[in-house]
Amino acid sequence: MSETSGTPSEQPRTVGDRSAERAATGATIRLESLTKRYPGSSDPAVDSVDMEINAGELVVLVGPSGCGKSTTLKMINRLIEPTGGRIRIGGEDVTHMDPVKLRRKIGYAIQSSGLFPHMTVAQNIGLVPKMIGWPKARIAARIEEMLDLVGLDAGEFRGRYPRQLSGGQQQRVGVARALAADPPVLLMDEPFGAVDPITRDHLQDELIRLQHELHKTIVFVTHDFDEAIKLGDRIAVLRERSHIAQFDTPEAILTNPADDFVSGFVGAGAALKRLNLTRVRDVEITDYPTVTVDDSLQEIVSRVRSSGTNEILLLDRQGRPYKWLRRGDLMRARGSLARAGTPVHDTVTRDGTLRDALEAVLIDNAGRVVVTGRRGEYTGVVDMATLMNSVQEMLEADRLDAMEHQHDLEGAAGGEGEA
Amino acid sequence: MRAPESGRGGASGLGVEAGREAAIDEGLAVADAMSRAAGLGWRKLTFLPAVLVVGLLCTWLWFRHADLDPLSENALSNGQVWKALRQHIELTVISTFFVLVIAIPLGILLTRGAFRRAAPVAMTFANMGQATPAIGLLALLVIWLGIGRKAALIGIIAYAVLPVLSNTIAGLKANDPTLLEAARGIGMSPLGVLGRVELPLAVPLILAGVRTALVLNVGTATLATFGGGGGLGVLITTGITNQRMPVLVLGSILTVALALLVDWLASLAELLLSPRGLETGSG
Repeated sequence: MSETSGTPSEQPRTVGDRSAERAATGATIRLESLTKRYPGSSDPAVDSVDMEINAGELVVLVGPSGCGKSTTLKMINRLIEPTGGRIRIGGEDVTHMDPVKLRRKIGYAIQSSGLFPHMTVAQNIGLVPKMIGWPKARIAARIEEMLDLVGLDAGEFRGRYPRQLSGGQQQRVGVARALAADPPVLLMDEPFGAVDPITRDHLQDELIRLQHELHKTIVFVTHDFDEAIKLGDRIAVLRERSHIAQFDTPEAILTNPADDFVSGFVGAGAALKRLNLTRVRDVEITDYPTVTVDDSLQEIVSRVRSSGTNEILLLDRQGRPYKWLRRGDLMRARGSLARAGTPVHDTVTRDGTLRDALEAVLIDNAGRVVVTGRRGEYTGVVDMATLMNSVQEMLEADRLDAMEHQHDLEGAAGGEGEA
Repeated sequence: MRAPESGRGGASGLGVEAGREAAIDEGLAVADAMSRAAGLGWRKLTFLPAVLVVGLLCTWLWFRHADLDPLSENALSNGQVWKALRQHIELTVISTFFVLVIAIPLGILLTRGAFRRAAPVAMTFANMGQATPAIGLLALLVIWLGIGRKAALIGIIAYAVLPVLSNTIAGLKANDPTLLEAARGIGMSPLGVLGRVELPLAVPLILAGVRTALVLNVGTATLATFGGGGGLGVLITTGITNQRMPVLVLGSILTVALALLVDWLASLAELLLSPRGLETGSG
């Protein structure tokens, strides 16, 4: 499979800035009328699913409990044997290959981590590389690399047992184990379902970062639509028996749900959810007059006068936002800025979502929030008006895209009909 | 750990930090508890041997000064006590060996796919083995096989298979099915899942069964004398039939001491063989 897994030249999506030393980026997955029928029940649990997942893509299967999303996922690594249809991974038909060999090439991460409690973190991560016969030194190096990748200190965690870790740490190790043998495909079955919301949010961010580096093909199952929006390149909304209600980008599903089932699942507040999909760096960030704590009071006063604004942002020596200064504050300062002005409480990073920004703007008494760069340095300001404009433009663009998309589909269908 | 890549700075970030620190503290506390539990275990383990040594020493001193009549002398001389003790240990060791060889593989087999349905039947047989009074079973076996150690051994084995078998089955069944699915999911063969995950996790329960079986075997081995199998039972029966208290007492004390010693050794084995990492939590 690793030979057939998409070489970068075939798969434009995987071409990136990363160094080319590791070859195993994603492979395509094709499900062809995949069906699972349990003996003794009249209706199939999964009824003829067709799906094509591109190499390097993160696809989320989302749907209500018992819709067969987990069953569909487990048929990909044949933990559940399909009763009909085909599975192709990287072009190779794996429907009848030895399941044990197949699974060693597919990463698998599950809810509450699935770590073996009697093995140390290192043993857990090293399991698959050991099974496929890597030499000891390479396994040891890989364990270190994987722990580093998921943000755990190897020296501290290598020798620990899973029960000595917190839920979030266990889940990280679970992901590290799934990735240890560098599989092109990763299956994740509600991996963050059992951790607290803060940790879950954090783990989701980590997964996005990982995927940015690794470009695996990831199939992710969840019943949490917000999680699906946050993580998915594309989302498959499934209804009962794993029928695909809609399979599209998060933007398209939010702005143009295919039917009542999907819009019901999207739930209220689609516009708000849409804010999660856009980063602060994608909207207009206005520049504000700034001064630093090293400037003298006279300089600051003249700066405020010349800027024509009512307010000015005071930065500390590292260029990080420190205080908002109003004209009145300066009048009352009497030679010292120590007690003047309003300290900056909340900031957003350029990587933050618009939802984060909106929340900060709503809380702020003047309706604006400072945007900071990686090291916390000032880069600009976002205010209510900018946010409103961006959201309007965004929704309008989505609507146009969706219409165009639908038009294309109809055109394609018509073309096929004629041919 | 890395800081979040996206999201707001300030309070939420601090919350994550604090949460993580709490998690690490929790981990340390768990490790601490584990080492404390182990310490307690070792103290318990040194207590019993001390009691045994004192008890045996007292018995020995008493016998040195006891006035033994010729009949008692006769029963205890010429290294007969050592012989009985050696026979008893042999009976225990051999029977336990066969119990393990029969019960553990059978237990494993009865939790595999197609054989799972046979489990109740096998358990019924094992139950019958234990429900039958050992001495009655022994008498029947002697009639069938004739007098000797073989009949005695079979009787002892039949009596002790149940605890090991039922604990093996219970231990394997207690394993979290999602964990076993994870094991299969990452590409372990069925044999690999059994050897690397199922059995190690079931070891504590299996060992508990083995410990019960061992103690049972020391006890039932005293009955071997009725089938001509020797052992400490010889001293006890001689003491009773000849009405010689010292012989009876010595036989009984040695049996009790041996049972306690074997139990102690088994608890030691439990402590050493149980996989690490299971000490905390629900396992």
